[in-house]
Parts: sequence; C-alpha cells; structure tokens
Amino acid sequence: MFYREAGDFKTSYSNDSQTFPIKFDRYRYYFVLFVAFAILPFILTDYWAGRILGPFLVFSIAAIGLNILTGYCGQVSLGTGGFMAVGAYSCFKFMTGVDIWYPAVCEGSRILFFWCSGDATYEIWFQLPPLNILLSILMAGVITAAVGVFFGLPSLRIKGFYLAVATLAAQFFLIWLFNSASWFYNFSATGQITAPDTFVFGTQVTGAETKPWALYMICLVFAVGCAWIARNLTRGTVGRTWMAIRDMDIAAEIIGVNPLKAKLTAFAVSSFFIGIAGALLFSVVSGSAEAGDVFGIQTSFQVLFIIIIGGLGSIFGSFAGAAFIVLLPVALRVIGTDLLGWPSDLVEHFQFVIVGGLIIFFLIVEPHGLAQLWRLAKEKLRLWPFPY
Amino acid sequence: MPDQLFFAMEVAVNGLMAGVLYALVALGFVLIYKASGIFNYAQGVIALFAAMTLVGIMEGQVPFAHMINSTFGTKIHHFGWTIPGFVAIALTVGLMVLLAWAVQRFIFRHLVNQEPIILFMATIGLAYLLEGMGALMWGDQIKTINLGLPSGASIWVEDTTESWFGYGFFLARLDILATVIAAALVMALMIFSQYSKHGRALRAVADDHQAALSVGISLNFIWILVWSIAGFVALVAGIVWGASSGVQFSLSLIALKALPVLMLGGFTSIPGAIVGGLIIGVGEKLFDFFMNPIIGGATENWFAYVLALIFLVFRPQGLFGEKIIERV
Repeated sequence: MFYREAGDFKTSYSNDSQTFPIKFDRYRYYFVLFVAFAILPFILTDYWAGRILGPFLVFSIAAIGLNILTGYCGQVSLGTGGFMAVGAYSCFKFMTGVDIWYPAVCEGSRILFFWCSGDATYEIWFQLPPLNILLSILMAGVITAAVGVFFGLPSLRIKGFYLAVATLAAQFFLIWLFNSASWFYNFSATGQITAPDTFVFGTQVTGAETKPWALYMICLVFAVGCAWIARNLTRGTVGRTWMAIRDMDIAAEIIGVNPLKAKLTAFAVSSFFIGIAGALLFSVVSGSAEAGDVFGIQTSFQVLFIIIIGGLGSIFGSFAGAAFIVLLPVALRVIGTDLLGWPSDLVEHFQFVIVGGLIIFFLIVEPHGLAQLWRLAKEKLRLWPFPY
Repeated sequence: MPDQLFFAMEVAVNGLMAGVLYALVALGFVLIYKASGIFNYAQGVIALFAAMTLVGIMEGQVPFAHMINSTFGTKIHHFGWTIPGFVAIALTVGLMVLLAWAVQRFIFRHLVNQEPIILFMATIGLAYLLEGMGALMWGDQIKTINLGLPSGASIWVEDTTESWFGYGFFLARLDILATVIAAALVMALMIFSQYSKHGRALRAVADDHQAALSVGISLNFIWILVWSIAGFVALVAGIVWGASSGVQFSLSLIALKALPVLMLGGFTSIPGAIVGGLIIGVGEKLFDFFMNPIIGGATENWFAYVLALIFLVFRPQGLFGEKIIERV
C-alpha cells in the first residue's frame, strides 16, 4: 500500500547503501524536515520551544552521542551528565572569554605561574575575547571530546561493567570540579553559570529576551547536523570498526581492527555530541545552570534510558526515545496534576515508577526499543494488503 | 607522638568503620553477581526501600497514604499502633522475600539468556521502580530509625586511648556495633554457604549454572533464595546507614559507592568486598584529611571511583577477582 516494491532490485552499491532506500521513506523524511524548518518556527509558543521541543532536540543530540558509544561501539557509559557539564561550562567560558590568572604579588613560593603556595594578589594574565555563540558551542564540543578521550583511555584495559562503573568516576569527579573550582563559573557568588545575551546574524539566541523560534532553530540546526554526521559516520569505515568492536572485540582485533583507534574515536565523537548537547542545554534552552542540579547522575541515566527505550544502535531511535522521555513527564503532569488534582511531588514519584517499569517492560518485550518496533511495522506495511 | 599523627590515625580508624558499611552493601552485590551473573545496580535502592519499609511498619504508617489522601480527599496517615522492632524486622524480611520472588518471577525469568548488559540495565529500571515505589508508599521525608541502637561517641574507647597515648580517640558507638554486626553477618553467610544444603547448592550455581542444573538443583529456587539473602543484607545495611544519617533518598547514592568497592575487590569475591570496602573507607577519609586544605572539601564524592579506576587500569579483575580469560 505505502511501500510499492516487490523485491530487491538494487544494481549498484550506492543504491544499496542509501539511508532511505524506499521512496516513501525519503519523501516522509523531506516532509518532516520541511515541517520542522518551515512551519513549526512560525507557530511555536514559549512553552513549546523552551519546555518541549528545545529539551527534546538537545536530549536527542546527547542520545545520539551516547548511542555512538554504547549502541554502536558497545562501551556502556554512565558519565553522560558529567560530559554534558563539560560542554556547558566550556561553552560558558568561551562565551564570556577564557581568562587565565597569575599571582602578581606572591608571598609564598611560585610553584606554577598561575598557582602560588602562599597569599597572593591575582591579576588577569591573558583573556580571550568572547567568542560567537555558535563557535563557543562547537568549541565546547571539541573540549568535551578531549575530556572524553582522556576518560576513555581506561576502556582499553577495562571492559563491560567495570567500564560502566569507571565512567562513574568521570561523572562524579567532573561535577565536583565544576562545583568547587570557582574559575569555571567566573567566581560568581551563587556558583551558577548564566548565559550572557548573544546574537547570531542580529537575532538574539541566548538571554532572557530570546524569541522561541530562535531558540528552536539553533537547537534544530545542531540536531539535524549531528544526526546527519552520525548517520554518515556509522555507515562508513569508522562506524563499521565500532560495530566490529561491539560485536566481539577480540575477533575484531584479529581481523585487523585497531581497538585503540576504534574505541577512542567512539569516545571522541560521542563526547563531541554530548558536549554540544550540554552547551545547548545550558546556553540556549535553560539560560543558566548549576552542575549538580542539571548534569547530575540522574541526567546520565535519563540519556541512557532514552537510548534503551529508543533503541540501541539507531539514530532514529535516539529521537524517538528522547521524544518519549521528554514527553512522559509532561503527559504525566497533565494527567496527574490537572486531571486527578494530585500534588506535584506525588506525580514525580509516579514518574519514577512508570519510567522504571517501562525500562523493564521494554527490555523484556523489545530489547531493541522503539526503533525496532518501527522497523517491524515497516516490514508489515511493505506486505500489508497481501501478506504471504 | 604529635597530635597531628594521632588525628590522622583517628580519621583512618573512622574510615575503617565507614568502610564496613560500604562492604555491607557490596556484599549484597557479590552474592547476586556470583549466583546469577546479574550486576545488581538496584542493591543500594533495595537497602533504602528496606529501611523505609521497616520504619513504616514500626510506626504503623498507612502505605500509599499520600496517594489515597490526594485522590479521595481523606486524611489518613497512621494506623495508630506501633510495632516492636523485632516483629517489624521479621515482617520486613518477609516483604524482602516477597520482593525477591517478584523480581525473579516478573523480571529475570523473562530475561533468561539475555546479554549481561541488558540484565544490568533491567536492574537500573528496577532501581527507579523501587525508588518511586518507596516514596509513594512511605513518603519522601527523612525518617529516623528507633531500634534503640546506641549513638554518640564511645566513652570507653576515648578513656582507654586517653590513658594509653594521652589522646582520646573519637569512635561512634554505632560504628563499632556496625562492625560487629557486619562480622557476624559475614560469619553467618560463610557458615550457611559451607555447611547447609542450600548454601552448597548456591555455591554450585555460582560455579557453573549448567552443571548445577544437571545434578538437580533448581536454579529458580536458588535465585529467589539469593535475592532474598541480598534483600536481608540490604536491610541490615539500610538499618545501620539509616541509624547513622537518617533514612532518606541520599542513602541510595551513598550505596552507589559499593560499586567502586566491588571493582577494587573484584566482583566475585566476598573477602574482596570487605577488603575493598575498608580500603575505600580509609582512603577517602585520609585523602580528604590531607587534601582538604589544598583542593577543597567534598572529595568523598569522587575519590572512591577515581581510586578504583586507577587501580583497575593496572589490575582489571580487581584485587581478588577471578582472572579474566578471553577466548574467541
């Protein structure tokens, strides 16, 4: 009915490796892009952009990142929140201008040029000019990639659960660092980071007076860009080495995949996306952040749940899972608070129960998540009126 | 000896006591991991849930009271009776066994033959479920356990050390009791697994599932048994932790520290869990003691994880873990 094809008639490699081999899918994809770029920005309200579509797109990017690491390369990570914090804080530093201080008057001995063992009066030694917001977000991704590679190094020795727990070290250490070293939040008294007003082509994209469509468009451009990069990486050489490592690392090693390169590129690319997500979440979507609140271990689990529910090893699944996890609390709030009149704390507890239950349900019924359900539905639709 | 050194020693001894508590939670992990190969992330939350249930039963709280009140507009909260500690503990143990059965029946029975990582994620789901359920049943305010456990510093230790070294050591009486309880628990577990029929069956299952099945051991029963024991261990850990810092949500985060303890000790080793717990307990207290003036406080949040990470890079199977042999 929807999919008119009666077999595999591909005659070339480029036909075979198409992302959307079926015409209907391709047009649907263009249609979704058209709606997202040309229709939604004009009808968005503040609530939809800031509370639903913004977080949805940001968490999709984070989920794509984690999916590359966990779904494609098979390295379970519980440090997503920490890496998002790296993205947020480095974006903040680049947005406000990176400053390096040195002790002008040092009473003790000068151990490093910026660190004095005794009492000292500090002066700015060097300061970058504030960078453009888009550049800051990209640089945040690059910094996070570097941090991710550093914390990914042990993955060469540590595998499976041990690695999952080892990534918790990144999570807790990074959050502690951002909470205790005041340089990261520009010595502000509250310990919060707040995004200054920034502009892209004369349109304000961060700060209090941001229009909802500007917020949405920035997130959308990054989300589509990341998804496009991720899709093309995962079906190329790099992606295949990742999948080889995931399926059986020793066998992959024997056929000539370099595990060092494969794992570290997975960590780098994954952290790059996660860093961008963190930077967007802080600067564009919420405007201010505090490491422990926004990027705590709960966030790590949230992103992990997104890829479990959406489907491990699927870009579409990252979007589907993110939509699910972002919409679930909203839906529960509408049902619980507005319809049943429950207080909000009760609804929040219910959310825990339902999310936990759903995770278990999905793992039992469909371990490959929403993406697999979608795939099955498509298989059915192909034969729909006349199945054999 | 200078005071500073005594002070460091005191910190170290207190770290040992905290380590005992980590080891208690880690013990539950090891039991389940050995018997079923499930890396049970929910262990900490089970400890929280058990402690909450115990307090709820003792104080005669009505379960789901908040939910019932909000839905029907009633104002119930307590049954109006209190239950003595031992009865309440027995009831909670019963509930833990029921939980073990439910977990086995409704979750892991459907996940037989799945990859370990899927099982691990299922336990994360279980952790969320129990966390929400605990808060729904008993409310999310901080509770205190009134089991009559001792509190405050041990005068005897302080006096004795005062007369020996001229420096009175501060040791919480609860910590000393916790150490005794932990030692007793480990002894009991050891006797159980060495000399009882089911204990031997448990070890057989831990050794080789298929061989155990072929000599007629019921895997299903053993798994329920081991989840029940882990539930009991979690209850003990929950009581001790709860008595020292109140029963609250952060308990499950503290219990997360059992993970680095396990990595250090090796996932499959009970002595490893204990030694790992002690190392981490002492290590984080001493690290905080020495580094606090330099890099600031709250290093306990990450020290255990980073220590375990660095250690694992050099010895991937942990201190006492079985050597990881990879075959193609």
